[in-house]
Amino acid sequence: MAIRRKLIAGIASLLSVMLSGVVQATSELNMRPGVTETSIEAYNLHMMVIWVMVGISVVVFGAMFYSFIFHRKSKHPTPATFSHSTMVEAIWTAIPILILIFLTIPAVSLLIKMEDASKPEMSIQVTGSQWKWHYKYLEDDIEFFSNLSTPREQYEDYNSDAKARGENYLLEVDNELIIPINTKVRFLVTADDVIHSWWVPDLAVKKDAIPGFINETWTNVPTPGTYRGQCTELCGKDHGFMPVVVKAVSKADYAKWVADKNAERVAAEKAAAAAAAASWDMDKLMVLGKKTYDEKCASCHKVDGSGIAGAFPALKGSAVATGPIVEHMNIVVNGKQGTSMAAYSKQLTDAEMAAVITYERNAWGNSTGDTVQPADIQAFKAGKQ
Amino acid sequence: MSDHHPTGITRWLYTTNHKDIGSMYLWFSFIMFLVGGAMAMVIRAELYQPGLQFVEPNFFNQMTTMHGLIMVFGAVMPSMVGLANWLIPMMIGAPDMALPRMNNWSFWILPFAFTLLLLSFTMEGGAPNFGWTFYAPLSTTYGPASTDFFILGVHMMGISSIMGAINVIVTVFNMRAPGMTLMKMPLFVWTWLITAFLLIMVMPVLAGTVTMMLTDRHFGTSFFDAAGGGDPVMFQHIFWFFGHPEVYIMILPAFGVVSEIIPAFSRKKLFGYSSMVYATASIALLSFIVWAHHMFTVGMPLAGELFFMIATMLIAVPTGVKVFNWVATMWQGSLTFETPMLFSIAFVILFTIGGFSGVMLAMAPVDFQYHDTYFVVAHFHYVLFPGAIFGTTAAVYYWLPKWTGKMYNEKVGKIHFWLSMIFVNLTFFPMHFSGLAGMPRRIPDYNMMFADFNMWASIGAFGLGLTQIFFLVTIVMAIRGGKKSEEKQWDGATGLEWDALPSPAPYHTFSTPPKVD
Repeated sequence: MAIRRKLIAGIASLLSVMLSGVVQATSELNMRPGVTETSIEAYNLHMMVIWVMVGISVVVFGAMFYSFIFHRKSKHPTPATFSHSTMVEAIWTAIPILILIFLTIPAVSLLIKMEDASKPEMSIQVTGSQWKWHYKYLEDDIEFFSNLSTPREQYEDYNSDAKARGENYLLEVDNELIIPINTKVRFLVTADDVIHSWWVPDLAVKKDAIPGFINETWTNVPTPGTYRGQCTELCGKDHGFMPVVVKAVSKADYAKWVADKNAERVAAEKAAAAAAAASWDMDKLMVLGKKTYDEKCASCHKVDGSGIAGAFPALKGSAVATGPIVEHMNIVVNGKQGTSMAAYSKQLTDAEMAAVITYERNAWGNSTGDTVQPADIQAFKAGKQ
Repeated sequence: MSDHHPTGITRWLYTTNHKDIGSMYLWFSFIMFLVGGAMAMVIRAELYQPGLQFVEPNFFNQMTTMHGLIMVFGAVMPSMVGLANWLIPMMIGAPDMALPRMNNWSFWILPFAFTLLLLSFTMEGGAPNFGWTFYAPLSTTYGPASTDFFILGVHMMGISSIMGAINVIVTVFNMRAPGMTLMKMPLFVWTWLITAFLLIMVMPVLAGTVTMMLTDRHFGTSFFDAAGGGDPVMFQHIFWFFGHPEVYIMILPAFGVVSEIIPAFSRKKLFGYSSMVYATASIALLSFIVWAHHMFTVGMPLAGELFFMIATMLIAVPTGVKVFNWVATMWQGSLTFETPMLFSIAFVILFTIGGFSGVMLAMAPVDFQYHDTYFVVAHFHYVLFPGAIFGTTAAVYYWLPKWTGKMYNEKVGKIHFWLSMIFVNLTFFPMHFSGLAGMPRRIPDYNMMFADFNMWASIGAFGLGLTQIFFLVTIVMAIRGGKKSEEKQWDGATGLEWDALPSPAPYHTFSTPPKVD
C-alpha cells in the first residue's frame, strides 16, 4: 500500500511539474503566425486543419471509448454478429473525401500564392556553406557572411562550466540580413558544398540550398523587426549552429544602411590594404592569428589544434602546418575541394590569413618559427609564389 | 515423433524450420531494438538541456544516423519478417515456408550486415553521420570512410529482405491448405503478401541508390554531383521512391496484427474484411506515387507540388477506412482488455494521431513550416513506435501462448502496457510542440525556448527505454516459468493456428494439410 501511495504521489507531482512547464511555455506550444501575409495564411490553414482533426478524433475516439465502456464483456456479454455493411462503408469512404476536398481548396490557393516569386523589387542571393550563410544583394552590390555569434563558451558545457546564455542563444549572428519592409524581396538560394535549408518561421520561408542549383523564394515583410530561424537540412557537424537572422527595417533605414555599408566597405578595403602593406612582427601576428583561429577554425580543428581523427585533420604537428609555407597558404586561401575546408580568401583579409597561418605554424608545439606577412598572401594570390 | 528437432548450436545455424527462423528474427530484432534504443538514450541525454554536455556534434550526428538505420532495418523490418515466419505457415495450413533453405540464408545475412554497420564506429572518422536518409552530397563527397561499410551493409540487408519477400509470396501463392482461398486468408497474411510485393518493388531501388553512391565515391561518376552534370535532388527522388513504400512496409504487417487481435477480444468478426484487403492494396499502390511529399522544399515545380500534395492526402481515405473498420469491429462487441488488446487499442488511437499529423504534413503550404522540424520527428515516431512496435508487441503477447505453450503474467503484461503508453506519449507528444515552435531536426543543441519540451521528451525516453527491458524480463519469465497455456488461449480467437493446432505448436505443423471450409 505504501508503495502504491508513493507511486501516486510521485505521479501527481510529476503531473504538476509538467503542467507548470506547459503553462510556462504557452507561447511556444503552437506555430507562430508570423508577420507576412503568407505566414499568417499558413498559420490559419494550420489551425483549420488542427480543428478538423480534433473534430474527427472526437467522433472516432468517442465511438471507441463508448465501446470500451458500454460494450465490454461485463456489460455486453453477447456480441453482435454483423460484419459488414456496404452502405456504412460507402459513407465513411465518401466523408473523408469531402473533408479532404474542403482542406485542399485553401491549400492549393495558398500554395500557388507562395510559389509566385514573380515581379520582385529586389533580389538577394543566399548561399549556404558549412556552417554559415552568405548574402549577396544583387542590386546594391553588397555581400557578406553571416556567422553564429553565440560564443563557444556558452554552448560547450562538457565540464559544466558554460557561461550564461542570452535570450537569442544560438539564434544570433554577427551580420544580420537587412531587408526593407513593404518590398517584395526575392531570395535566390543555393549552396557551396552540401545541401542546406534556409528557414525563417515568421516569414514562412523555407527553401533548400542545393549545390549547383538555384532555388527561388520570396517574402514581403510589412512590419519592422528581427526574425530568427535556422538551417533545417542536416549539413554536417555544425548543422545546429548556423542560424538565419533577418532584420526588416523601414525603406529609409535600408537606404541609409546601404550607404553606410558601401562606405564601410571602402574604409575596410583601405584598412586591409594598409595592413597588408605593413610589416607585422611575430607577436602581433600571433595575437590576430589566435583570435581568427578561435573564431573560424577551432570548431573543426579544435582550440588545441588536435582536430577530430578521420573527420577533421589535426594541425598540431601536421605536415601542412609544419611543411612548406606555400602548401599551407594554398589550403587556407583556396580550401580543399570535396571537404569542409572552405576557401578562406572569400572570408578573411590578407592580414588575417597571414596571421592565422603564422599562428598555426607556431602554436601547440609547432615551432617552425615562420612568420607569414600579408604581402606574402597577396603575392601568393597573384600567383607569384 | 513430429516434435523431434535437432539440438545445440547447429539447430540454429543450419535450421530450415520456419519457427526457429522466426524466433531468431524476433530475438535479433529485439537486440537491435535495444542497440538502437541505447543510441536514442544518448540523443535524449544530450538534448535533456541546452548546451553540449555529453557528446560532440559529429558524434551526435552518428547517433541520429545509426539510431534511424538500426531501428528501420534492424528492429522493425526483421521483427515483421519474424512474425511472418512464425505465423504465415500456421495461418494458411502449410507445413513450412516454401523456400526453407533460402529462409535460413536470409536470416543469417542480417547479423553480418549489422556487425559491418556497427563496426563503422571503430573506424577513423566514426560511423555514418549523414542521417538515415543519407542525402548526397553529404554522404558521397563529404561522407566519412565508413560510408562504404554502410553501403555494403545496406546491400546485404536488401538481399535479405528481398529473399524474405520472395519466400512469403511463394508460400502464400502455393502452400495454402485446400479451401483456403485468397479471400479467406487471415488479414495478417494479406497485409504481409502486399508488403512482400512492396519489398520486391523498392529494395532494388535502394540497392541502386547506394550503388550510385559507391560509384560516385570511388569510380568517378557524378550521379549526384552537380559539378559533374549530376543532380543531388535526383538522389532524394530515388531515395524516397524507395523510402515512402518503405514506411508502409513497416506498418502494413502491424495493420494485419491488430486486425487479428481486435476481433479476438471483441468476440466479433472483423468488420468489412474485403474492404480491409482493398484498403491495404490501395495504400500500397498509392505509396508509389507520393514520394516527393518528403521534398516539398527542394524547389519542385508548382504542378509537381500540387500532384504530390493531393495524392498524399488521398492516402487518408483507405487509411480512414481501416480505422473505421477497427472501431466498427469493437462496436457492440463483447470486449475484454488483455495485454494484446490494450496494445492494439493504443495502436489504433496513437497511429491515428500519427495519421492526423500526416495529413497536416501532406499540405504543402503548411509543410513549409513543418518540414524538417521536430513536428516531423513526432509524426513518424507516432506511426513507428505506437504503430509498428506496439503492433509487434501486441503480436508477441497474443501468440506467445501458441508459440511457447506458456502464458505470460497478465498483471505484469498490463504494467508493461501502461508504462509504455505513458512514456511513449511523454516522449513524442512534446515533440509536436517543439517542432511547431521552430526547432529543426537533427540538432544537438537548441535555444532556451525549446528547453521545457525537450526535457519532458528526454524523461519520457528514459522511461520508455527502461520499460523495454521490463518487456524482456516479462517474456523471459513467461518462457521459463509461465503457466501452461491452453490450446485456444483466447476464447474469441479464430484461425487455423488456434483451431487446428495444440499449444505449443509442434515443431513440424500440418504435415497433412487441414481442411478449410
